[in-house]
Amino acid sequence: MTAQVEVRTVPSKRDERRAARARRIREPRTDRIFLFCVYLLLAVFLLVVMLPLLYIVASSFSSPAAVSSGRVLFWPVEFSLRGYHAVFQNPQVVQGYLNSLFYTVVGTIVSVTMTIAIAYPMSRRTLVGRNVVMTLILFTMLFTGGLIPTYLVVQSAGLLDTRWALIIPQAIGVWQVIIARTYFRTAIPDELVEAAELDGCGDLRFLWSVVIPLAKPMIAVVALMYAIMQWNSYFDALIYLKNPDLFPLQLVLRNILILNTTGGGAVDASVVIQRQQLADLLKYSLIVVASVPVLLIYPFVARYFTKGILIGAVKG
Amino acid sequence: MATLTTVRPPAGELPNRPKRRRRRERPGIKGLRRSLQRHWTLYLLMVVPLIWFAVFKYIPMSNAVLAFKNFNVTKGIWGSPWIGWQNFELFFHNPVFWTLVKNTFVLSVYTVAASFPIAIILALALNEIRTGLFKQTVQLVTYAPYFISTVVVVSMTILVLSPRLGIVNEGLGFFGVPAVDFLGNPDYFRHIYVWSDVWQTTGYSAVIYLAALSGIDPALHESAKIDGATRLQRIRHVDLPGIMPTAVIILVLAVGNIMAIGFEKAFLFQNPLNLSQSEIIATYVYKTGLLNADFSLATAVGLFNSVINLVLLLMVNMIAKRITGNGLWS
Repeated sequence: MTAQVEVRTVPSKRDERRAARARRIREPRTDRIFLFCVYLLLAVFLLVVMLPLLYIVASSFSSPAAVSSGRVLFWPVEFSLRGYHAVFQNPQVVQGYLNSLFYTVVGTIVSVTMTIAIAYPMSRRTLVGRNVVMTLILFTMLFTGGLIPTYLVVQSAGLLDTRWALIIPQAIGVWQVIIARTYFRTAIPDELVEAAELDGCGDLRFLWSVVIPLAKPMIAVVALMYAIMQWNSYFDALIYLKNPDLFPLQLVLRNILILNTTGGGAVDASVVIQRQQLADLLKYSLIVVASVPVLLIYPFVARYFTKGILIGAVKG
Repeated sequence: MATLTTVRPPAGELPNRPKRRRRRERPGIKGLRRSLQRHWTLYLLMVVPLIWFAVFKYIPMSNAVLAFKNFNVTKGIWGSPWIGWQNFELFFHNPVFWTLVKNTFVLSVYTVAASFPIAIILALALNEIRTGLFKQTVQLVTYAPYFISTVVVVSMTILVLSPRLGIVNEGLGFFGVPAVDFLGNPDYFRHIYVWSDVWQTTGYSAVIYLAALSGIDPALHESAKIDGATRLQRIRHVDLPGIMPTAVIILVLAVGNIMAIGFEKAFLFQNPLNLSQSEIIATYVYKTGLLNADFSLATAVGLFNSVINLVLLLMVNMIAKRITGNGLWS
């Protein structure tokens, strides 16, 4: 289908090219113009997404003075690492980083365990009552109690202002349960269950030594979804935590990056002292530091992530 | 990892399943008892997650009766006196009511209207070009922002648009336009919100359509080509109908969630200057409930929102099913 395009773009000898073109259905001239427009459009998409990122990264590696005077475009000006130096000297940020690591690791383990524990039994066709359970779970996607009623539950569970407040109330995602269940249903053949039963293998042992090894790719996807969600969230911390020592990185970021900048009404270019310059620079470096862990692993997991979305998209 | 690629959508109940298996799945109390006996470990496994669902999903639903009560901390939720619809009346008669509904609605509709077609356009464009470095780069880069946190995206937007430092104002200044305080002007709020959202999610949404596009039978394209269809005509008559079912589901979900627009981003973009457009129902609930500690009123507002949302979702789903035969529940 796309073969004729290849022929034109791969530089080869002219007659070969001509001969090859003659053998194929000729592409209308409008198509070539159209294809050019498509490439142009994609280039625009690429630039629009990339330039802001480049700008932030470039700024983060520039000198405080260059950032504050707005001389940085898409390449570092007066290369310096002072922004990063400042980031790692900020005790709040370091504490937040460690906290976020804790929440992400522990939260992901808890979430994945709970998700498998509910999704696997519901994938077994011989289990009576699984449809009732599934309906109850799906219903929570349609209707929720709301912010305050949930807050009151967390409060009466004694979780307020503890680390568990960020882990337990969000432990299970319905979406992830659907993904896991669909995967178990389609990737684990019924014959395998029967064979295991004949051999006297109990359900739990079967889950542990057959299902989980077979479902590793799906578990990886679900774990990554949970991990990224946990790493990126700030809202639960905002409502459930008061103690700054427990704040995850995203909440620390919000306090430094956003609370600082809001309400900046007038264009004020008056007194630009050095501390102000460093504070400006710090923001750019912070953004990079906070996003790097996720963006580093993302290219490697994107493919599996996509498949995870698609499994979940199947009506179950 | 290869096993993942072999996943197929479940083909419903397999038609030729041996009879023996079907008999085992006996409904009713008798079947349940037998199933419990056979699979008690599996049921045991579900206990903790089910308790979790009960505690963190269903108790909050029952806690929502708070909306009809005058909450008193010492008496607890169930001990507090009933006051009927008073909280709702208070909210409906509040002058901010219509502003909130309008802000929420407009922001949401605008978001859907902008991001829905753009994701499809990106997917169609990517589908037109052959696989190669350029295509992969575009996909990888446009997909990346989805993984960045809301806090970071909002911070980036604020930095880029900042009147003092931002590159946008730098650019405007180059053309002699005076610096604009984008975040301080309520009129810009919606555009900033929506387009930063488009920036973040388009690549991600396009992936779903790309998968749908790759599922289209190549024979359709071949025959269209033989009939002399141009690329544009093939997009119009082959690709678009091919992704229609997917698009309908996504649109249904989006429209159904119109009133459930997220708290996170709007709250982060909020400042005292743009409040007139950036205050939406979710942020109002947060402020009334947690900052002003008016639990009952906030619950009522939240419940109002949940119900509207549920009704919307069911309605849109019904309409979509009627028109296209595709709904959320087959």
